[in-house]
Amino acid sequence: MAKKLHDTPNLDQLEDGPWPSFVTGLKELAKDKDYVVDLLGQLEESYKTRKGYWKGGTVGVYGYGGGVIPRFTELKNEDGTPKFKDAAEFHTLRVMPPPGMHYDTATLRQFCDIWDKHGSGLIAFHGQSGDIMFQGATTDNVQKAFDEFNEMGFDLGGAGPAVRTSMSCVGAARCEQSCYDEARAHRAVLNTFLDDIHRPSLPYKFKFKFSGCPNDCMNSVQRADMAIIGTWRDNIRTDEALAKKWFAKHGMDELVNDVVARCPTKTFQLKEIGKVKAGEHISSVAVSDTHAVEINNQDCVRCMHCINVMTGALAAGTDKGATVLVGGKSHLKIGGLMGTVVIPFIKLDTDEGVEQLVDFAQRTIEFFAENALEHERTGEMIERIGLANFLDAMEIDVDPAMVNSPRMNPYVRTDGWDDEVAKINAKKNAA
Amino acid sequence: MNQAVQAAAPAQKRKPKETGVPDNKKYLHPLLAKNYGNWKYHDRPRPGVLHHVSHTGDEVWSVRAGTQRQMDVYTIRKLCDIADNFAEGRVRFTIRSNIEFIVSEEAKVAPLIAELESSGFPVGGTGNSVTMIAHTQGWLHCDIPGTDASGVVKALMDELYDEFRREEMPNRVHLSTSCCEINCGGQADIAIIVQHTKPPKINHDLVANVCERPAVVARCPVAAIRPAMVNGKPSLEIDEAKCMCCGACYPPCPPMQINDPEYSKLAIWVGGKNSNARGKPTFMKMVASGLPNNAPRWPEVAEVVKNIISVYKADARPWERMADWIDRIGWPRFFEKTGLPFTKYLIDDWRGSRANLNASTHIRF
Repeated sequence: MAKKLHDTPNLDQLEDGPWPSFVTGLKELAKDKDYVVDLLGQLEESYKTRKGYWKGGTVGVYGYGGGVIPRFTELKNEDGTPKFKDAAEFHTLRVMPPPGMHYDTATLRQFCDIWDKHGSGLIAFHGQSGDIMFQGATTDNVQKAFDEFNEMGFDLGGAGPAVRTSMSCVGAARCEQSCYDEARAHRAVLNTFLDDIHRPSLPYKFKFKFSGCPNDCMNSVQRADMAIIGTWRDNIRTDEALAKKWFAKHGMDELVNDVVARCPTKTFQLKEIGKVKAGEHISSVAVSDTHAVEINNQDCVRCMHCINVMTGALAAGTDKGATVLVGGKSHLKIGGLMGTVVIPFIKLDTDEGVEQLVDFAQRTIEFFAENALEHERTGEMIERIGLANFLDAMEIDVDPAMVNSPRMNPYVRTDGWDDEVAKINAKKNAA
Repeated sequence: MNQAVQAAAPAQKRKPKETGVPDNKKYLHPLLAKNYGNWKYHDRPRPGVLHHVSHTGDEVWSVRAGTQRQMDVYTIRKLCDIADNFAEGRVRFTIRSNIEFIVSEEAKVAPLIAELESSGFPVGGTGNSVTMIAHTQGWLHCDIPGTDASGVVKALMDELYDEFRREEMPNRVHLSTSCCEINCGGQADIAIIVQHTKPPKINHDLVANVCERPAVVARCPVAAIRPAMVNGKPSLEIDEAKCMCCGACYPPCPPMQINDPEYSKLAIWVGGKNSNARGKPTFMKMVASGLPNNAPRWPEVAEVVKNIISVYKADARPWERMADWIDRIGWPRFFEKTGLPFTKYLIDDWRGSRANLNASTHIRF
């Protein structure tokens, strides 16, 4: 039995309503833990005053420089003692999840037992960077909890100016739209940077995210310094039985208005069967006895829309791989940035392909470490130095797939033009 | 050896095993492991259920349920009991903190759903639903929060509960919340983000001891901070005419308090989309601000969000995400239909902003 709960009239109101309540959960924990009784007390104070009361500090585990988020209370009595003394230290352990966030119940139960013993009993599945967040341990207990998680085969994630914990989608494990083995790429890349994850020493954070197709379920394009997004080069595959089944259920209006009209490049056409073209770059499939779909794949930007609507009837091709985009980030400091294409296509179905990705990641981080200003993300660095200089350093050839359009102003010195053309021609001739 | 020396002897410290990201193979449902990379298609028999079919003919059903994300061990154990007794012991979490139970037999789906719902976990969040809100840490654990996260999400999901359990929206609706302008919640169809409206209040007694002043100066996006001597102490001062109250100086310099119970407001943003489907990914746009940080249930915020969702639901065509819908109807109609005031603060004046102005006569009347 723990001590008596503090009055929490504000938090109590978050126990009403049908959605699962974290307050109810905290109160369950507070039945046995003075720690959580006082956590509720401090949180109620925040609700009352509309202010936060945690400050950072330095807490870690032996051998690592990061992965723990220290929190000390700032809510003090006049004599400087904590107002809620049992929750004066409330540190979080960030633990890296398995790719795709799959678990068996035995593992989850073991997490619970360890965190019940050493921590508050509050766990988030998962934080915005993908970590399992074990929230709430005293300074003394951080090491004990980590040792047990580590013995289970789990390791701390990143915090501060470090390579951060990564996320990958459910991908090949359960999704027909997966274009590469996300889990394999995820582990190959992240586990190359364990030193940069555990010992923060970069100019600022660096995030990788792995999405298996252009639907980008990991939201990698806007929040990863390096987004690895699955795609394919060959033709969209078709399945006539499923196409006819789809059409029988949805009909002509939906096919025209929801699929044909929504193709961003208008390469998806509906035709009478006799008028369907054949050709190296054409995918076609009958949807009825009279009509068929025709896609010129050279004009397709692999947006996924038609495949999302007619899943199974249409599917990604077989020459699969990924597009790599660099520089995504959120608002601070210069405003939100999407990642931009740096590698239009990379095969990831062989050891060699994955090694190439790892090599590119290593060279990017080396360049970032040497050239970014303090607290500058890759996107800001590239904006400052220009994409062409970044590509030059990465020894990547420029490609029109990297831009929305060529430049719209004359403010560039072009006296190296002939040399560049000669280099491009020499490469072409050598190929 | 005397006792003092003994006590000072270094304790045997355990070296960490730098194992990194664990392999997920042993956690996969056996049918997911068997059909890895070999799935053919999926459909959704009902809201909250995904049915995947493999090229081998194997089938799995995934039942998705909402959680509070910040879970106590009792809740997690209850979910494990459900997974062991009504499913097959294997689960996964989505990016939006929903839990998925994977089963190999269709007959297990209905009893699993019944057990989840009777245990208080709503089943849904698939397809064209309003799914769980991506959220951050807030007052519960963050060191710089302008508001709470879990409480805002709980209050909103109570209001959006039915839309989570149905698939009645034109397309999927992703929401996020962020407790400061760093926007850890990310891009979303609708996002709720703290918007400070007054410059930070500086405690000049503390700056010199707590803050690395050049780093703080460098952090400001509009170069509004400069070193100064205040009351004989080295400190920092702010050009309040330049300051746009983003709060970027607060994390590196806590004595520059940006959070204010009254002047830290909430803004609503719409039209963010990460997917490449149809149009390219889009950033969200601010459409409302000045909403009070009204804990514990933020009714003013809920009202604006629910209004936008209901107008979108009634007006958008099938497969139009929030951004696609606004592209079709245009911003004047968006503000007209939602009744939200279009103020001068919504005209972008940050770098690159001319690209956001209408340089054409394309106007819908």
